[in-house]
Amino acid sequence: MLKDEDRIFKNLYNDFGWEIDKAVERGDWSETKNLINKGKEWIINEIKESQLRGRGGAGFPTGMKLSFAPKKVGSRPHYLVINADESEPGTCKDRDILRFEPQKLIEGCLISAYAISAHTCYIYIRGEYFREGQRLQEAINQAYKKNFLGKNACGSDWDFDIYLHYGAGAYICGEETALLESLEGKKGLPRLKPPFPALVGLYGCPTIVNNVETIAVVPTILRRGSKWFASLGKPKNTGTKIFCISGSVNNPCNVEEEMGIPLKELIEKHAGGVIGGWNNLQAVIPGGSSMPLLPKNICETITMDFDSLIKAKSGLGTAGIIVINKDEDIIKCISRIAKFYKHESCGQCTPCREGCGWMWRMLERMSKGEANYKEIDLLYDVTKQIEGHTICAFGEGASWPVQGLLRHFRKEIEKRSHEEPLIKKKSNIPYLIDQHLLEKDNA
Amino acid sequence: MPKITVNNKEIDFENGMTVLQACELAGAEIPRFCYHERLSIAGNCRMCLVELEKSNKPIASCAMPATEGMKIKTNTPFVEKARRGVMEFLLANHPLDCPVCDQGGECDLQDQSLFYGLDNSRYTENKRQVKEKYMGPLIKTQMTRCIHCTRCIRFATEVAGIPELGAIGRGEDMEITTYLEKSMESELSANVIDLCPVGALTSKPYAFEARPWDLKKTETIDVMDAVGSNIRVDTYGWEVKRILPRINEDINEEWISDKTRYACDGLLKQRLDTPYTRENGRLQKTSWDLALKLLINKLKSFKPYEIAGMVGDLADLEMIYSFKNFFEKSLGSTNLECREDRTYINPTERMNYIFNSKINGIEEADTILLIGANPRLEATILNARIRKAYIKNKIKIYSVGDPGDLTYPYKKLGSNTSIIKDIVNGAHEISEKIKKSKKPLVIIGNSALSSKSGQYIFETIKNFLFNNNFIRKDWNGLNVLNQHASRVGAIDLGVYSINDNNNFSFFEKMDNDEFKFIYLLGVDNINFDKKDKFIVYQGSHGDKGAEIADIILPGAAYTEKNGLFVNLEGKIQKAYKASYPPGDAREDWVIFKDLANKMGKPIGYNNVKILRDSINNHINQKITNNINKINNIDFVDENILIKPVDYYYTNSIARSSHVMNECRQISKKFLFTGIEKAS
Repeated sequence: MLKDEDRIFKNLYNDFGWEIDKAVERGDWSETKNLINKGKEWIINEIKESQLRGRGGAGFPTGMKLSFAPKKVGSRPHYLVINADESEPGTCKDRDILRFEPQKLIEGCLISAYAISAHTCYIYIRGEYFREGQRLQEAINQAYKKNFLGKNACGSDWDFDIYLHYGAGAYICGEETALLESLEGKKGLPRLKPPFPALVGLYGCPTIVNNVETIAVVPTILRRGSKWFASLGKPKNTGTKIFCISGSVNNPCNVEEEMGIPLKELIEKHAGGVIGGWNNLQAVIPGGSSMPLLPKNICETITMDFDSLIKAKSGLGTAGIIVINKDEDIIKCISRIAKFYKHESCGQCTPCREGCGWMWRMLERMSKGEANYKEIDLLYDVTKQIEGHTICAFGEGASWPVQGLLRHFRKEIEKRSHEEPLIKKKSNIPYLIDQHLLEKDNA
Repeated sequence: MPKITVNNKEIDFENGMTVLQACELAGAEIPRFCYHERLSIAGNCRMCLVELEKSNKPIASCAMPATEGMKIKTNTPFVEKARRGVMEFLLANHPLDCPVCDQGGECDLQDQSLFYGLDNSRYTENKRQVKEKYMGPLIKTQMTRCIHCTRCIRFATEVAGIPELGAIGRGEDMEITTYLEKSMESELSANVIDLCPVGALTSKPYAFEARPWDLKKTETIDVMDAVGSNIRVDTYGWEVKRILPRINEDINEEWISDKTRYACDGLLKQRLDTPYTRENGRLQKTSWDLALKLLINKLKSFKPYEIAGMVGDLADLEMIYSFKNFFEKSLGSTNLECREDRTYINPTERMNYIFNSKINGIEEADTILLIGANPRLEATILNARIRKAYIKNKIKIYSVGDPGDLTYPYKKLGSNTSIIKDIVNGAHEISEKIKKSKKPLVIIGNSALSSKSGQYIFETIKNFLFNNNFIRKDWNGLNVLNQHASRVGAIDLGVYSINDNNNFSFFEKMDNDEFKFIYLLGVDNINFDKKDKFIVYQGSHGDKGAEIADIILPGAAYTEKNGLFVNLEGKIQKAYKASYPPGDAREDWVIFKDLANKMGKPIGYNNVKILRDSINNHINQKITNNINKINNIDFVDENILIKPVDYYYTNSIARSSHVMNECRQISKKFLFTGIEKAS
C-alpha cells in the first residue's frame, strides 16, 4: 500500500482545500522557477528516466512523446494541448484533479510547455464538466494573479498562457486528433496518421497532446526526482496512479495507489469489497469500458499495471475499474457497453460505423436469448473485422469488450442462445429460396 | 529515385506519392471508394487496406505516404480478409436494390463486391433506412444507398467552392445532406453524380431512362460555352439520353458544367425537322425543293450589298466556312458578322481574341486580373480552374467590375475605366504587383469588350503587358474570355466586317437599314427591328431566330454531325456524330453546297475532306508570330458593368430544355429568399 508521503495528489478528497494558497502550502509551485531553469533537456530526460507512461489509456512513454516535438521552433508556434475530455465510462480520475488539485495540472502545463517550447496551452475539457471547468478557470485566474502564468510566468522568463475550451460531449473528441479537430471548431473526426500531431497538429502546428493526470504528476516527479518515481511500482510500470473503482462494490471511490497493486487488494481494501463478498464476483473490467473484462479466476492474482494486464489479454487503459458481481447479467452489461460505442462512433470510417451497430444488435438478442449459437462465431468475426481496420483506436475500444466477453463467457452465451440457425447447412434447402419464408414466424 | 517493393516487385516511385499510387505503378490493383485523384484524401472507406511488412495492422494505402524501402503486399490472405470484412460492412446497410437502381452496371460497389466481397450475406438485422434528401432538380437522392465515402462533400467544398453539402449525425446515423435541403447552388453540382461510387446520388432527369449497356457512347465536344469541354454523349436510338464528362487534363479535367450535362433534353424539343416558309404571315411546312427555290428567287432579287449574313453561337467550322464561301463566291457579298453581342475585336493576329495562357496555364499564374468578366457564369470550367489555382498557390485575384460570388475570394478594384488607365500608367497599387509577378494573367471579358471603352481597354492592356514583357514565348498573359463555342472559329475564318476605323461597320449598316436580306445561321441571341427585311433562318431549334424568319431551313444540332470547333484557347477539336438530325433536317454545310450548286455558282468542294483541308489552311495562315500594336487610343471614361448572364438560358438548346428551365426558376427563387444577395 502506498505510503502517505509518496502520495502525489494529497488533496484528492478535498480534505485540505483546492485554493491556490492551500495548494502552495502543500508544496505546489515551489521551486518551479529552478526546475525550469534547469533546461528543456533536463526536464525531458528526467521524465524519461522516471519511466512515466501516459495516463490517458494507451500508456505511451511521456518522456518520449515530449521529445517528439521539434527541438527548435520554426515558422509555426508549438502548442501544448491537455486532454481533459474524460469520457470513458467508469473513469473519473481527471475530474477530481480538475476539482481539487487544479494547481498541479497548471504547474505541470507550464513545465511541460516549456519543455516543448510552447507558449500556449489549450485545455480541452469535457462539456459535461461544466462545474469542474468553472473551478479550473478560477484556479487559472488565481495562478495569473500570482504571476505564475502570463508574461514571465513564475519568474522563469517564459511567457505562457492557458486557455480553457469546453467540448460538446462527444466521446470521440477524447481521441487526440479528433480533439484537435474539435478544438479548431470542426466536427470531431479523427485525422489520418501520419502525419502525427507532434509535427502537424493544432492549426497545422507541432502539438503535444497529453492527459490531465500525466501532466499533473510532472512537477512532483521533477521535484522529488525521477529515481523516487521509478522506485514505485514495477519496472516500466512505475509511479502511482489514480484508480477509479465503481460498479458492484460497497464503497466506489477514487484512490491513488502504486502501480502494480493486486486488483484484489484494491477492491477489498479501498472499495470495501464486492457486494455480496469476493465469491460473488463475476468479472472485472480493469481499464474503463473499452478494455476486455477479466473473469474472477484471473482477478484473484492479477496486478494492476500496463504489462501484466496486457499479458492477461486486457489493458490498464484509464484504470477505471468496473466490478461486475454475479447479480448482474454479464451479456447485458457488455451489450450496454456496445450500445454506448454504437452511439459514440463518429461514422467516418466504414468498419466502426457499420460494425458497432451490428455488434450491439447481436448482443442485445443474445442477452434476450433470441440468438442462435452460430452467431457467436459471427460476432467474433465482426469484432475481428473492426479491430485494426479503422482510422483511430475507437474500433479496438469497441470490439475489445465484446472479444473479452466471448473469450471468457462463451459458455454463458451458448447456454442462452438455443435457437437454431435460420438455414442449416445439412438440410436440403435449395440455395435460391426466399429467405423470409424460413423465418420463424413464417415457417 | 526511391524504391518500394510491391508484391516482391521492386519499383521506383516519385517522392510524395501514396502507397496506393505506388501500387498502381507496380500494376497491383487496389479497390477504393473514397479515394479520388482530384479530391483531398479522406481515407475513410478502408477498402484500400494493404499489408505492410512489420506492421501488425493493415494500412490504408490511399492515405499512407510511400517511403523508401517499404514492403507492401496486396494479394495475401490477410489483405483479402480485411477487404472482405470491409466489403461486408459496406453491404450490411446497403439495400440490395440493384435491379431498380440507376447506378446498376456502372456501380463501383457492384463491381468491387463481385471481386472482393462474400458470396452471401451474414447480416440478418434490419437495414438502415435514410430519408431522401432534396438536392435540386438535377440530383436524385436515395440516401439509404449511401456508403459515406464523402466524395460529394469534398467535391462541393474543394472544387465547386460551395460548403453547402455536409454530413450531419454520427456513427450509423450519419447522413449526407444539404443541411436545409435546398438545391445546390453551383454550376458544377451535377458532377457529384459521377463521383458517387454507388447509387445514392443519381441523375434526376435520367432516372429510369436507360441502362448503361444499352447506350451508344460517342466521344465528342461540348458547345454550351467556349471552353470546349470533352464529353461523352450516350444515345439510345435517336435520343440523346445523357452527357458525361471525358477526361482532358488541358481543358475540363474531369468536370463538366450542369448546362453541358443537362441541356441535352433540349435536343429533343422545339426541333426544326422540316423547312418552313412564311405565307400570309404564317409559317407553313414545305419541302426542301420549294424552300430552296423560293430562297434562290429571293436572293436574285437583291443586290449583293443588300444581303447580309450572321453566324450564331453554336456553329462549327465546316458550316461557318461554307457559309462564308457561299456568301463570297455565290452571292458576292462580304457583309458577314459573327459578333451578336458587338464585342470589340482586333483580328490582325490570333492572340488578340483567344485565351493565350491556356486553361492549364492558369495553374502557373501568380496574379490574375479580371476585367469585366464573370468567369463563373461565362466559362464555368475555367472558373473551377481559377479556384484550383487559388487553393493550390493562394494567388492574388483582382477584378475590375463586380462579378459577384466567384467561389473564391478576390479583390474588387472598382469598375471605372480610369482604374485601367491607372494600372497602365503605374499609378495604381496593383500596377507594381503585376509588374513584379512572373506570370500575371489578365482576363478580359465580353462585358468589357462590348462596352464603348472596349477598344481602349483591350489595346492599352495589351500594350501594357507587351511593354512589361508578359507577352513572350513561354508566357502570354493576354486573355480574352469568349462566351460562345463558335466565336473563335468564326473570327479565325474571317466572319466579321471591320473597316479601318470602325469595328462595327456591319452593325452600323444594319442599324441604318441598309440590308434588305439577312441570312441568320443559328442566330438566336440577337434583337433587331425586322421591318421589311427578308430573313432566312437556318438552325436546329425553333427559337428567337426562327420566330422572325420568312424561310426556315432545318439544320443539325451539335450532336448530330461531325464538326470542328475551336475553343477559347484556340484549340481545334473534333466533334463526332452521336445521333442524326430529326426529320428532314440536314447537315448545314451540305445545305450551302446544294444551294450554291442550284444557283450554278458552286462553293468549290463536295466532300468533307477537302473542306477540312481548306479550313486548316485558312487557320494556319492566321497563326503568325508578329505582334502589332495600336497606340494612342483615346481614353473613354466609363463604368464597366458586367452584363448579367442568364446562365441556364444562354443558347437555343438550353432554352428548349425543361431541366434548364427548372434550374433557372430555382436559381431565380434564390433572389427572393432574403438570404441571398439580390443583384
